[in-house]
Amino acid sequence: MNPLDLLARWTVPFLLGFIPLYGYLRGVDIYNAFIDGGREGLSLAIRILPYIVSIFVAIGVFRASGALELTTHYLQPVLRPLGIPPEILPLMIIRPLSGNGALALTTELLHRWGPDSFIGRLASVITGSTDTTFYILSLYFGSVGVTRSRHALAAGLVADGVGFLAAALTVKWLFGGA
Amino acid sequence: MLNLVWLALILSGVAVAALRGQVDAVTDAATTSASGAVETAIALAGVMVLWLGLSRIAERSGLIEALARRMRPLLGPLFPGVPPDHPAMGAMMMNLGANLLGLGSAATPFGLRAMKELERLNPEKGTASDAMITFLVLNTGGFSLVPAMMIGLRAQAGSRNPAEIVGATLVVSLAATLAGLGADALFRSAQRKRALRRP
Repeated sequence: MNPLDLLARWTVPFLLGFIPLYGYLRGVDIYNAFIDGGREGLSLAIRILPYIVSIFVAIGVFRASGALELTTHYLQPVLRPLGIPPEILPLMIIRPLSGNGALALTTELLHRWGPDSFIGRLASVITGSTDTTFYILSLYFGSVGVTRSRHALAAGLVADGVGFLAAALTVKWLFGGA
Repeated sequence: MLNLVWLALILSGVAVAALRGQVDAVTDAATTSASGAVETAIALAGVMVLWLGLSRIAERSGLIEALARRMRPLLGPLFPGVPPDHPAMGAMMMNLGANLLGLGSAATPFGLRAMKELERLNPEKGTASDAMITFLVLNTGGFSLVPAMMIGLRAQAGSRNPAEIVGATLVVSLAATLAGLGADALFRSAQRKRALRRP
């Protein structure tokens, strides 16, 4: 078994055991801490519900009408050499804009293509390894009243772009192509 | 921008369906997608409760802080303008520590505190300082050891091995973060040259 695979298999069981044990040994009221945090998780889930509906409806209409097929057809020559399936394109556009939107779109792709397909894995890796550049920038700069952001957006978008390409290459390398 | 993407998806869908003479497909897709979305969101709620619950334990037990201390030698050189024992450094380390564990919602409050401290060090208020930009690049690079939420989503979608993406996300977020830091350094030195050339 290769080391990356071993790491993958053990990550969740390890965290699930280690975090509560560490907390218990440090004298934290772990059960109540979990419940407290979980309540926040529930309100997060409710907060993103409208995002999920908005994305599912937009993508659903886009696909059912045949518009997705058309777009895919025309973008094939551009995206194919980069190893990126056209189905991923909406995710690449939305990822830097809206974290909840990206989460919703990824969920949609996972259910549509299956989590263990090339598209499903690629969407998982893109969403798991990049962040919401526009949102972070506007939230963080906004909170301290910085209005001249200099090259922050450009540098953040370079990171996103490299992330997308690296995701396509890495998923193909680790799991085989589409 | 988000408005435009959303509008474009829906409008082009309706337009193409109309041209093909199958507008009924739009009605059908819109209603089934909307109710499917709610089912998905409810299934997601369980995953979110689990990870945010764990993240709260990690926060209260000082686990994030311990991780943050470990990162000090790595972070110092990236922020030459921030004194090592300044509160900005502490807040930035807590923020990145929470991100490393994939605890995004625990990371945000620390990130906001870090920005407040960095603004205090900023000689030119209202304009982003070098340290702020580097800090934001580290954040948008999305560097994390465990994409916890993503693993949960994959499990919920019925993956045979939901965590198999961990190795890939590690490699990819490292590449993205390094590219972002490289771009940051390039832009910065280009600006400095331009500023020097001006009388």
